[in-house]
Amino acid sequence: MSQTTQSPADAPSDEAVAKERGARAALWRKGLQQGLAFGTLVVLLLFFSIASNNFFTWSNISGILLATAVIGILALGTTFVITTGGIDLSIGTGMTLAAVMTGIVAVNLGLPLIFGVLAGIATGALMGLINGINVAYLKLPPFIATLAMMMVAQGLALVISGVRPIYFSGVPGFKDIALGTLIPSLPNAVLIMFILAAVAYFLLSKTVFGRYTVAIGSNEEATRLSGVNTNRWLVTIYTVAGVFTGIAGVVLAARLDSAQPQLGVGYELQAIAAVIIGGTSLLGGRGSIVGTLIGALIMSVLINGLRIMSIQTEWQNVVVGVVIAIAVFADSLRNRRGL
Amino acid sequence: MTAALLEVEGISKSFPGVRALHEVQFSLHSGEVLVLVGENGAGKSTLMKILSGIYQRDTGSIRVDGQEVEIPGPAAAQALGISIIHQEMNLMPDLSVAQNIYIGREPRKGPFLDERGLNRKAQQLLDDLGIKLDAKQRVGDLTVAKQQMVEIAKALSFDARVLIMDEPTSALTDTEVETLIGLIESLKAKGTGIVYISHRMEELKRLADRVTVLRDGEYIGTLERDEIDVPTIIEMMVGRHLDEGARPKASEHLRDEVVLRVTGLSTRQLLRDVSFELHRGEILGFAGLMGAGRTETARAIIGADPRSAGTIEVNGKQVSIKQPADAVRHGIGYLSEDRKRLGLMLEQSVTFNTALASMGTFTGPLGVVQQGKARTTAERYVKDLRTRTPSTEQVVKLLSGGNQQKVVIAKWLARDCDILIFDEPTRGIDVGAKEEIYRLLQKLAAEGKSIIVISSELPEVLRLAHRIVVMANGRVTGTLANEDASQAKIMEFATHLVADEQGAA
Ligand SMILES: Nc1ncnc2c1ncn2[C@@H]1O[C@H](COP(=O)(O)OP(=O)(O)OP(=O)(O)O)[C@@H](O)[C@H]1O
Ligand SMILES: [Mg+2]
Repeated sequence: MSQTTQSPADAPSDEAVAKERGARAALWRKGLQQGLAFGTLVVLLLFFSIASNNFFTWSNISGILLATAVIGILALGTTFVITTGGIDLSIGTGMTLAAVMTGIVAVNLGLPLIFGVLAGIATGALMGLINGINVAYLKLPPFIATLAMMMVAQGLALVISGVRPIYFSGVPGFKDIALGTLIPSLPNAVLIMFILAAVAYFLLSKTVFGRYTVAIGSNEEATRLSGVNTNRWLVTIYTVAGVFTGIAGVVLAARLDSAQPQLGVGYELQAIAAVIIGGTSLLGGRGSIVGTLIGALIMSVLINGLRIMSIQTEWQNVVVGVVIAIAVFADSLRNRRGL
Repeated sequence: MTAALLEVEGISKSFPGVRALHEVQFSLHSGEVLVLVGENGAGKSTLMKILSGIYQRDTGSIRVDGQEVEIPGPAAAQALGISIIHQEMNLMPDLSVAQNIYIGREPRKGPFLDERGLNRKAQQLLDDLGIKLDAKQRVGDLTVAKQQMVEIAKALSFDARVLIMDEPTSALTDTEVETLIGLIESLKAKGTGIVYISHRMEELKRLADRVTVLRDGEYIGTLERDEIDVPTIIEMMVGRHLDEGARPKASEHLRDEVVLRVTGLSTRQLLRDVSFELHRGEILGFAGLMGAGRTETARAIIGADPRSAGTIEVNGKQVSIKQPADAVRHGIGYLSEDRKRLGLMLEQSVTFNTALASMGTFTGPLGVVQQGKARTTAERYVKDLRTRTPSTEQVVKLLSGGNQQKVVIAKWLARDCDILIFDEPTRGIDVGAKEEIYRLLQKLAAEGKSIIVISSELPEVLRLAHRIVVMANGRVTGTLANEDASQAKIMEFATHLVADEQGAA
């Protein structure tokens, strides 16, 4: 801790003021970031448990977790992109394309399952790579670059599959990727989500990769001037997000035991909403993996609870929309710097 | 003489519409401080950015230890031992002090970051440099001055052989300037060559071993230690003889009409019972050390910070000012000291920024903006303030630092307030342009506007102000008429401690 000794002529109060403000700002931010999302989740769980007897049962909870897995994995990957101050709209349809590629390789080509899985993941990575190159080197705004990729992926998924679902019924064991239980009564998809969350957590908070993700989001120009090859890191970050997209595609296909080329649109917005609810700043510079996980859980608890209370789907959308608006408002509160 | 540490020759660089540098040269030896001076937009920062790999030169050569080198990027500059402190802040506000200093070079344990080692290393560096900062603090929560110290620590962490400082002191408090000068002395002793850019002649006199002058992107000349003489340098910089305007006299200008009366102004944090009067047509200077409460006074008056006590009267009527918009409604404009954060839209044009605070005057029927009128106004201020820009449509981001400051001034002049508060209006502005700004302020005062100038440069206060309010520790310690004031007398009041509040003049 620094000892600040001041000559009387200097600025003791200025100093104290700034320090106090800083400390308060830091607490406020941290409190909101970690506390708000978690608190919301707890409140929702309590509310629905009281409102409906069917809610707090293991089968329902594991159902919620299973429903969270795909959105959660997408959200984890896209947390990195959003932390750089970017956005990735291609994760929804990208995931679909990855699922279709898995189907093509494992079903249509009849190659061993592992090649199908790898093809799915590689598809995601490749899309991320292209997004990254477009953003970093061609200087396309992330919104535009990934919007374009979103449409390309959607089109390709339909073309390659011939607008027909690909069923994995002939591929033994594929379903188990999502629905098997390595840990008793916990679906593998959920396990995969938690493992990926741990990986993402370490990436973001313990590695150089994560450090530069935050640095770029905080001030890209300054990071570049510090001698960091920001373009290359941006490409890496988008590619890593793409890998998560690919895995989400495989998990989705395994859960449905089929690749549905029409699916996917809308997933990206849910995943982005989960990230924002979890406290990652849309402006970049601040990201939280734990928050993203909580955000994804909030989304599915909300939807599941409303469904159990027999609330119309249309109204479910309204509620989710309001929650997103509140989360973004909290985000803007966090950004009101003390200074 | 042995081969120079760094030698550049025939460097030219053009941007669209701007010839920033033309055939520029200079050399730097180890263990010396070369001060680089020139008007705003002379090309100083551009030259330094070429040396640190941010821009690529169009022509010319760069030699380090007599060896010709290429500097394709910031990493290459670091590898050559060239380190730079940029004029504009370049930090990541969301990262900690330690993380900022060692960005791109973080210590690792296997694939993971060694956060503890990083903090230890950074704290060690800060302590060694005598910079009082906690390495774990988040940079965005620090004051501008402290952030500047982080930049300095970062540049010094490279063990650079060539250290470039582009106006490093523009945001520092006096004690921190002393710390910095101490650092420079010890670096010199270690053999580091330092290029120092500043508009402050005091610093130049103290630090310079040699002085190189640029004007309009061209090399004008270099003065050796024994030739250094401020009037000569200024003449080389501006290309003409600059006669300093005479000091104003309170007795000649002071009209009876009080336009702003502040009584008993206090804030929870700092200000205690601040009272003063501003007369019509007066320039009132606010002097004092950093942190004396001058900016806080201005911010409390315009409602940017909450007041705990005190009244404000405008033209004899007590007014309620709760937020800056209220102040503007009562005809009080405030030009803040931190132009980048509070004063400018960097991505927008000169015209846009000039017109921004007074859109009402540039709006025709149906709310349509009269672009032509706005441009004419912007052009007038570009001329009056001698802003160096290829056109009024240039985005402000691409102007040199000092020229950005002029755009902020133009914005408030266009606003046409009756009471104008300028906080450090000439920070980062070259000597020639300073004189233009002084004349402009005096003209405005003569036309009946009332102006408060907060300045840390005593010569500036004495040159401009009819009367001078001196503050220390959040209180007014004295008010002097210009004819009674001198630098020594102001300093005496500025260092007054709380004990004897009311010194005699
Ligand atoms: N990226 C750019 N694009 C266009 N013009 C530029 C760019 N960078 C600098 N300029 C122009 O080049 C000229 C020199 O700018 P530079 O920043 O080097 O001036 P300076 O000597 O550092 O001035 P100051 O004292 O105000 O900091 C200015 O006219 C500026 O507007
Ligand atoms: Mg400059």
